[in-house]
Amino acid sequence: MVTAAQVREWLSEIPDPEIPAVSVTDLGIVREVEARDGSVTVVVTPTYSGCPATAAISLQIDAALRDRGISRVEVQQRLSPPWTTDWISEEGRAKLESHGIAPPNPAGGPRRCPLCRSTSVERVSQFGSTPCKAQWRCRDCLEPFDYFKCL
Amino acid sequence: MDDIAEFALRMGDNALVLGHRVSEWCGHAPALEEDIALANTALDLIGQARMWLELAGEHLGRTADQLAFTRDAWDFRNLLLVEQPNRDFGVTMTRQFLFDAFHLPLLTALSGSSSPRVAEIALKSAKEATYHLDRSRATVVALGDGTPESHARMRDALDILWPYSGEAFLADDLDTRLVEAGIAPDPSSLRAEWERTVTSALAEATLDAPGSGFFHQGGRDGSRHTEHLGHILTEMQFLQRAYPGAAW
Ligand SMILES: [Zn+2]
Repeated sequence: MVTAAQVREWLSEIPDPEIPAVSVTDLGIVREVEARDGSVTVVVTPTYSGCPATAAISLQIDAALRDRGISRVEVQQRLSPPWTTDWISEEGRAKLESHGIAPPNPAGGPRRCPLCRSTSVERVSQFGSTPCKAQWRCRDCLEPFDYFKCL
Repeated sequence: MDDIAEFALRMGDNALVLGHRVSEWCGHAPALEEDIALANTALDLIGQARMWLELAGEHLGRTADQLAFTRDAWDFRNLLLVEQPNRDFGVTMTRQFLFDAFHLPLLTALSGSSSPRVAEIALKSAKEATYHLDRSRATVVALGDGTPESHARMRDALDILWPYSGEAFLADDLDTRLVEAGIAPDPSSLRAEWERTVTSALAEATLDAPGSGFFHQGGRDGSRHTEHLGHILTEMQFLQRAYPGAAW
């Protein structure tokens, strides 16, 4: 019989559709996993309310569990408490930075350039390639980079 | 229609109609960064609209998509402000600022609603409205206190939009019932904070608030929308009108 821990491990292999460097568990959007009598319930929370990845993530979770032989899968959406970047795991933060995305920082801007580690950085735009990112630029290596905004 | 459904339509239609308006900029904005910012703002608003219309739909036995794509103009409950045309970037950002300065305190108050569904949608939306307001305020200040051309356009934008900025605070019978049930705040109680936010931003922007105290109304109760709403709907609803029930 499948356990919740086993299901969590499977979910940790599902990449975020828009930032494949991190998994859905790294992002902290999986809020609850319940495994009982062979059926599995996964509770997820949306990052941004208009994020197109939310529906894709639910589908991927459903498909991944069915691939592992779980036939009774329910993926529930939960709004409250609202998702916060504080729920991104330490491992998730490290993965983001190693893929050139500065992880969220409570001070409101990236701590350093994810490419050369310089702390001399400036904001280009409050929004970036996805709702969760802003565009920043490094004053030393001059490269633009994404910053995962605090929410 | 029950009160929560009617209220959810007011909230959802504001977000839907403004989200559609802002999305009209996609691919046309004055700079790439602004294009991306507008598209992301539109996306947030349409996401918020979906949550509110799903709530309304739970009470009305309809889906969010049915409510968005098959109601007629007189069934919409959005403020007249959000259906006003984009015109130029100055009008678009002034409209956004006047709305955000109202939307954020409203959502903050709704986070303590006696209705758990209203509270959770408001709490989620307030996070996004916070950075919407940061950005629209900063843009209004930058353009107002910018070049003679940008200043003149912002002054024109205020003149065009100001008469639509007061409707949000006019309470009606539905509001009275919502206040009694602890579901929503009295809209007139939000006016002081809105005025503080707007006055301080306009001062920084070297712009004067128009003196007129006349305000158009008729959007939030659906009794008299401007002619612009029908034009939005012809475009937004075309597919579901031409091919009812079409799905991806
Ligand atoms: Zn660098």
